[in-house]
Amino acid sequence: MTQPAANCPNCGAKIVFRWSSSVQTVCEFCKSILVRTDVDLKKVGQVADLPPDSSPIQINTEGKYGNKAFVVVGRILYEYDQGGWNEWHVMMNDGTSAWLSDAQSEYALSWSSKAQNLPAVAQVHVGQQFTWSDQRYTVSVITPAHYRGVEGELPFQYWDKTDVTFVDLRTETGKFATLDYSDPEAALYLGEFVEFDDLKLKNLRSFEGW
Amino acid sequence: MGAGAPPLSGPPKPQAKALNCPKCGAAITLRSFGQAETVVCGSCHSILDAKDPNLAILQQFEIKTSAIRPLIPLGTRGKLRGTDYEVIGFERRSTKVDGITYCWHEYVLFNPYKGIRYLSEYNGHWNDISICKQLPMADGSSANYLGEIYKHFQTSDADTDFVLGEFPWQVRVGEQAAVTDYVHPPRVLSSEKLDKEVTWSIGEYMYGREVWDAFRLPGAPPQPTGVYENQPSPVTTNVTGVWVTFTAFAVFLLALMAGFDMRAKKEPVLHETYQYHRAESKGETSFVTDVFELTGHTSTVEVKTFAPVSNHWIYLNYALINQDTGQAWDFGREVSYYSGYDSDGSWTEGKRNDAVVIPSVPPGHYYLRIEPEADPSLPNIAYTVDVTHDVPVFGIYGIAFLALLVPVVIISFRAYTFERSRWSESDHPPMELSNMSSSSGDEE
Repeated sequence: MTQPAANCPNCGAKIVFRWSSSVQTVCEFCKSILVRTDVDLKKVGQVADLPPDSSPIQINTEGKYGNKAFVVVGRILYEYDQGGWNEWHVMMNDGTSAWLSDAQSEYALSWSSKAQNLPAVAQVHVGQQFTWSDQRYTVSVITPAHYRGVEGELPFQYWDKTDVTFVDLRTETGKFATLDYSDPEAALYLGEFVEFDDLKLKNLRSFEGW
Repeated sequence: MGAGAPPLSGPPKPQAKALNCPKCGAAITLRSFGQAETVVCGSCHSILDAKDPNLAILQQFEIKTSAIRPLIPLGTRGKLRGTDYEVIGFERRSTKVDGITYCWHEYVLFNPYKGIRYLSEYNGHWNDISICKQLPMADGSSANYLGEIYKHFQTSDADTDFVLGEFPWQVRVGEQAAVTDYVHPPRVLSSEKLDKEVTWSIGEYMYGREVWDAFRLPGAPPQPTGVYENQPSPVTTNVTGVWVTFTAFAVFLLALMAGFDMRAKKEPVLHETYQYHRAESKGETSFVTDVFELTGHTSTVEVKTFAPVSNHWIYLNYALINQDTGQAWDFGREVSYYSGYDSDGSWTEGKRNDAVVIPSVPPGHYYLRIEPEADPSLPNIAYTVDVTHDVPVFGIYGIAFLALLVPVVIISFRAYTFERSRWSESDHPPMELSNMSSSSGDEE
C-alpha cells in the first residue's frame, strides 16, 4: 500500500497518510485540520485541544478482528448529556476501513452500509424495528449528541459539525447498527459488539496505577 | 494489565485526579479517568458534575441515616473474574412492596480497559452485574437471553436513596426507575426503565465469601438471610434426573429379584410333623431329624415352623448341623398366637407360622437338632418343620430400595422448599401462599 506523503500547509511538518483513501487528517504538530484536494492539502480548520478522555485506545493502536489485523488511524469524539464516546477510524489489512466505537469501554465494530431508503430521523422511535441484510434490528436509544473534535485520518471531511443525532439499534444476537444523521442524508453503519479481550489490542494507552 | 508500548507523542498518562469539593472543600479523587459523569462528595454529599473542571454542584441531598456505609470502601481494588476492578461508586436503592421497604446496595466497579461493572448486595446476597450487549426478548412472564429462558420474578419501582463516589451516568437522589427482574439461577436478567431508555443487565449470584476474597476484605461477609431471587439452589442435582435414575435402579432391582427368584431351586429337603408331649418333657427333650443333603453351591436354607397354637406359645431351639464337618448354626424360633375380645372388638397377636432363612450354607449332609419348649399350660401339640434349600432372599432388595428412595425424597423435598422460599418473595408466590394471603384479605 502506498503511503502518500505531503507537507502541512500551515507548519510544514510531514504528513503521512496511512490509508490511501483518507480524505481528511489532522497535523500532529500544529493541529490544523487538513483536507486532501487533487493537488495538495488545504487547511480548513484548527482542532481545539481534545478534552482528557478515558479511552484506552489511541492513534496507532493495533488489533485483530477475526483473522484481519487493523490499526487505528483516526477518530471522531462525540459528547452527549450522559458522557462522551469515540468513533475510532480503523484501517483493516485488506485495505477496507471500519469504525471501532468505544462508549465507556463498550466496544463495537461497524462498517458503512449501502442500504437505501433509510428512515428520516423524525420517523424513528425507540422499539421500532428495521431489517437490513436479513437481520432484524430494534431501536434501543436515540442520542442527540454533538461533535467534539477529530484526530488523525478520516474517510470523509468532518470538521464543521455541531449537533448530530444518532440512532442505535441492537439485535438479539449481539449485532449492532447506527443511523448517523450528521448529514441531511442518513448514513447506516452495521456491525457487532466485540469483547475487549478478543480484539487483542496492542499499543494501548497506559493509565497511572493500572 | 500491560498497556503495550508507551505512546510516541500525545498527552501524558491519565492519572487519578485530586480535586476539592466546591461546597465544603473536602478532597475528592476522580478515579475513572474521565468516565464519571457525576461524583458525590463524601463529606457534604453534594452531587457534583465530574465533567466540569470546577465540579459544579448538581444536587444536594440530606442523609436520613448516618449508618449507610459501603461494605467495600471506595478505592478498594479486587480481581473479579480475572480482571482488576476498583470500587468507584456506591448507591443505596430501595423499593416498596406491599408497604414494606426493601433496600439494597450497588457498587460501581471500574477498569480503564474493560470499563464499568457492578456489584449488588441485598441481605448478604451478592450479584456480579454487567450491561447486556445482546438484546433480550421479553414478554410479561419470561425473557429469552442468549437462548436461555428467564422467568419473570418481580416488577417494582426502585428509588435511589443515597449515593457516594463516581457514577458513569447522571445520578440523582430521589430518581425512580421501573425495574423488572427475570431469573434463571444463578443468573438474573434485569431491565431498568428510566424515562424512555431501557437498560438491560445480566447478573450472576456471588457468595459473600467470594466478594471478600476478590477484594481481600478483612473479617467475614454478612451472613445472607433468606433465599435470594437468583440464588443457586443448594440442591445442585437435577431433581427430575434423580427420579429418572431412581426409577431405573428400581426397575433394575425388580429385574434382579425376578432373575434370582427364577434361578433359585427352592428345593424341599425335609418335611416332618413332630408331636410335643408335655408329660415326656421332664428330661432331655431334644432330638434330631433325618439327614438331608444340600447339593449344588453354597446357598440359603429356609426353616419354616407351623404350630396350630391358640393362646399358647411354643419355642423351638434349632441347630442346623453339618454331619460331615460338625459345623452348626444355632437359632431359636417362637410360634405363638393369641386372640380375644376387648372393648375395641376382637384382636389377635402373633402367627402360627414362622420362617427363618440361614444364609450361606455350604453343600453337604445336614440334620436338624430340635429342642422344643412350650407354654406350661400346653399339654401336647403337633408341629411341622419344613426345610427348603436355595430360597431367594428379598429383604435385601427392600433395604436397597429404601436406601435409594430416602436420598431421592430428601433431595426433592429440599429442592421444593428452597424454590418455595425463592418464589414466595416474587410477584408469583407459590399457590398455597397466595391462597393464604388472598383468604386473609377477604376476611378484612
